Amino acid sequence: MSSILIIEQILNGLQFGVMLFLMAAGLTLIFGVMGLINLAHGSLYMVGAFAAAAVAGATGSFLLALVAALAAAALAGAIVEMAVIRRLYNAPHLDQVLATFALILIFSEGTRWVFGSFPLFLDIPDALSGPVTLPGGIEYPLYRLTLIGIGLAVAVGLWALIERTRLGIQIRAGENDREMIAALGVDISKLYTLVFALGAALAGLAGALVGAIQSVQVGMGEPVLILAFVVIVIGGIGSVRGAFVGALLVGLTDTLGGVFLPELFKLFMETGAAQKSGSALASMGIYVLMGLVLIWRPTGLFGARA
Amino acid sequence: MRLNERYLNAVMIVGLLALPLWAVVADQPFTITLVTRAVILALAAVGLNIILGIGGMVSFGHAVFFGIGGYAMGILAYHAQTYTALDLGLFSMDGTKSMPMIWLVAMILSAIVAVFIGLLSLRTSGVYFIMITLAFGQMFFYFAISWAQYGGEDGLSIYVRNDFPGLNTLAPIQFYTICFTLLCVVLFLFARLQASPFGLALNAARQTSVRVETVGLNPMQLKLLAFVISGAITGLAGALFADLNRFVSPTMFSWQLSGELIVLIIIGGVGRLMGPVIGACVFVALEHFLGELTDFWHVYLGLVLLCIVLFGRGGLTGLLTGKEGAHV
Repeated sequence: MSSILIIEQILNGLQFGVMLFLMAAGLTLIFGVMGLINLAHGSLYMVGAFAAAAVAGATGSFLLALVAALAAAALAGAIVEMAVIRRLYNAPHLDQVLATFALILIFSEGTRWVFGSFPLFLDIPDALSGPVTLPGGIEYPLYRLTLIGIGLAVAVGLWALIERTRLGIQIRAGENDREMIAALGVDISKLYTLVFALGAALAGLAGALVGAIQSVQVGMGEPVLILAFVVIVIGGIGSVRGAFVGALLVGLTDTLGGVFLPELFKLFMETGAAQKSGSALASMGIYVLMGLVLIWRPTGLFGARA
Repeated sequence: MRLNERYLNAVMIVGLLALPLWAVVADQPFTITLVTRAVILALAAVGLNIILGIGGMVSFGHAVFFGIGGYAMGILAYHAQTYTALDLGLFSMDGTKSMPMIWLVAMILSAIVAVFIGLLSLRTSGVYFIMITLAFGQMFFYFAISWAQYGGEDGLSIYVRNDFPGLNTLAPIQFYTICFTLLCVVLFLFARLQASPFGLALNAARQTSVRVETVGLNPMQLKLLAFVISGAITGLAGALFADLNRFVSPTMFSWQLSGELIVLIIIGGVGRLMGPVIGACVFVALEHFLGELTDFWHVYLGLVLLCIVLFGRGGLTGLLTGKEGAHV
């Protein structure tokens, strides 16, 4: 096993991790500020991907497609928040789970209705296609490298937004004491819609960016949604920093586990059996990781102490 | 219209007896299969209702037990139909086509797994509990997909339905009788459990855990025991479901199925004796009739669900009896 392969796999893991972060950041913000579990977050990811694929197909511009993904997901998020989610803030978790489960059904079947069951394709723009040579002579796809860059930039931007702006102060205050900031004259329902739309836009962006390396199809959001849940449970629900650390941990565990566990098993098993049990264990790896984290810290790495 | 809940329950039971009998007379075997499906889903949901309805634990991973039951049936019957021994490391055993034996294995395996999942996930509560149970479900789902020996992603087909002494299980009505009898037994158990000291303590632990602790009970133990019973019942339903389809696949572990089990309970009414039964019948009917009208029936199911959550507290049972909660 060469060091080039190892570095490549670490980069793949990072790329997967930062995309998971885009999903998990929205989920964790929405939970932190509004106390809401949003199962329909994966649908917003799908909305972003479909909007991007449709606009890219019509105009041929990847940049316009990204703008469309952000706008469509944010708009869908805002509409859903005002029509449904708003009534659920004080409801028990069970009602939230069910109502957002119902939203998944509506979004998925609605999208199938409009776009059909066949996957759409979103092409990587020419300027970003092809490999790039990194120091040390490693060839790595430029697009994936760009994704890592975008993900890190969003992470920094989100940090600045929350820590350094007036809106960020309101968001943090909303997490701590919503009655108080309402009493101080902040329009709380506008703030909630804004936070929800922001989370939705991040999910839509992730959907569009990942849609270019995978296919854009109905149901693409749910596997990512569940991984994003694992991420925020590991990181601590409500903590954006936790979501970042959790996302990188999950991304790296999943990618590296898939490559190295079968190799590891080959040391003491025959090749075929090692391949089989290695990849079986690798597919469960992140859930094992989550279990271990929760045994150690039941509220996640950066969660508030219960 | 305000119905007495007892009256409503009796109507459901009589309906579940009369409809298949009518189907036999009218020679409509497919109707029997539909009702059997509803009864088995109801059985799984009654299991979930013990922890969800009485104990207030929202398990979003109950498909784990449904799948374990399914795979217990699949693996045992697979070894019986291929005449191969099932190698368990220390010893090996023959497969079996006997339903009671399969049920026993399904329930014991589900119970053992429920102990482990319960010990881990009951350390948490609220959202964390929902998500950790969801993650366990996914863990089993991916394990089943990569388990190439038993079909992996394609699942396992069983050629002939398993045997029950004295009955011809291939006749739809006879298989239905088995499922319906089991449902009645489990419903009886549920009613007894809800009224027993254990059920009352569990209900109290849902409302105020601290108070239960103060009177000297251990809420964790109560919840764990409930979780194990619940898992075993859902496992039994899984074995029956696999037998109905003569097929098991990783979709029995899918998180959509966990979601659907919760949906059944909510449609019918949380914590109600017959809530899951009503929910399952409505669900299967919607699936069948809306599915005939349009391929996109999930949109309507979603809308119905949304309305129930936003406007109809207490599910259909609550709507029909005029009482919102099961615990009032």
